[in-house]
Amino acid sequence: MELLAFGKTGWGDELFYATLMTIAVSITAMLVGFFFALIFTPLKLSKYKTLNLVGNFYTTVIRGVPELLVIYLFFFGGSGAIMYVASIFGYYEYIEINAFITGSMAIGIISGAYSTEVFRGAIQSIDKGQFEAAKVLGINKFGQFYKIILPQMLRLAIPNLSNVWQITLKDTSLISVTGLVEIMRQSYIAAGSTRDPLFFYSFAAVLYLMLTYVSMKLINKLEVRYSRGY
Amino acid sequence: MDFDLMITSFPKLLGATVVTLKLLSASLFFGLFLGLFFAILRLNKNIFINKFAYGYSYIFRGTPLLVQIFIIYFGLGQIEYLRTTFLWVILKEPYWCAIIAFTLNTGAYTSEILRSAFQTIKPGIIEAGKSLGISNKIIFYKIQIPIAIRQSLPAYGNEIILMMKGTSLASTVTLMDLTGVAKYIISTTFKPIEVFIVAGGIYLFMTFIIHNVIKYLEKKYSFQQ
Repeated sequence: MELLAFGKTGWGDELFYATLMTIAVSITAMLVGFFFALIFTPLKLSKYKTLNLVGNFYTTVIRGVPELLVIYLFFFGGSGAIMYVASIFGYYEYIEINAFITGSMAIGIISGAYSTEVFRGAIQSIDKGQFEAAKVLGINKFGQFYKIILPQMLRLAIPNLSNVWQITLKDTSLISVTGLVEIMRQSYIAAGSTRDPLFFYSFAAVLYLMLTYVSMKLINKLEVRYSRGY
Repeated sequence: MDFDLMITSFPKLLGATVVTLKLLSASLFFGLFLGLFFAILRLNKNIFINKFAYGYSYIFRGTPLLVQIFIIYFGLGQIEYLRTTFLWVILKEPYWCAIIAFTLNTGAYTSEILRSAFQTIKPGIIEAGKSLGISNKIIFYKIQIPIAIRQSLPAYGNEIILMMKGTSLASTVTLMDLTGVAKYIISTTFKPIEVFIVAGGIYLFMTFIIHNVIKYLEKKYSFQQ
């Protein structure tokens, strides 16, 4: 237990901050994922074949390639790509992006592919009559989406989004390879300096279990809230 | 674009694919038995056995695969007693540690898939078997298991693809699988995009094959014939 003490003698406070970091990366990645899903879901549902192709390419590639490989692409290629774009605008200095941004972008793109599939499924399972009724009532496209489709879609999407959240939360452990100090990286450091890997990795597992347990409870509450009236 | 690098790295990556496929097939093979075993435990009426099986799948599904590999590879070696037993022969090899971790992980997911498949079998089918005088054992092996396998094919297909992606974590415990070799080439040449295209292409090709094989099996064993 003294290994987990707060302060200089133990790893308690370090692991506490690492847990906060994991939560921060997961939430950022999830939001980045939503952003990508908002772009690619309409593409997948579009009537134009080319747009469909772009949407399908994104979800197929990301869901068919290991997360770790995507993270390596971002880790090794991220600053190169940014520098290339910067060089077009006449900026030639070395740019280093921090591990938090690289990590949440990489995980966000992965999470976005799963979110896209969830949104697509949810929209497709909304009754066609709803779209038609909205049109007949003369509601504009914006209102149709935000007032009629989105509220119904959210209710259908929440159970599956909770799966995406779990995947995202667990995927953040892979960012430890880039050196970002989240739960996994901190346990690695602690295990290395105390020569007690069994304890620290098991403790990391407990932390992840706690995170998944608490988030499941919260999401269940959301689910109940959004299915009022059903 | 450095096409020369793509061409020269292709055979190296293809060689590493063999390691990936070995890891995948071994863990799926053992994981299927483990999953079936725990699915049957989940259906047991004894609450302790039931809770034990639920705890297993909850823990392995609720923690990242990376933690599981690290506990087995770095953690178990710390127990002095284990080092004296024959288990140490297995546990000191990263290859077997990875397979053990993958097996336990896929076993947990498979047990959930099979459990829900068993539970969706209509009671009428089992009753029909009983009224024909077929013994419980035969009902289980000849009626319940085949139906459950057909029922769980789509979900299990996804699990195979997830597991294939999961084997990439073997590279974190020094194994040179497809991702491991890709990382090595990237870090020596600093050409991440080219290597990503080739390695990602190989992974996508495997996903494509698995997807189509499962689709074929689903069609072949569909109920409406």
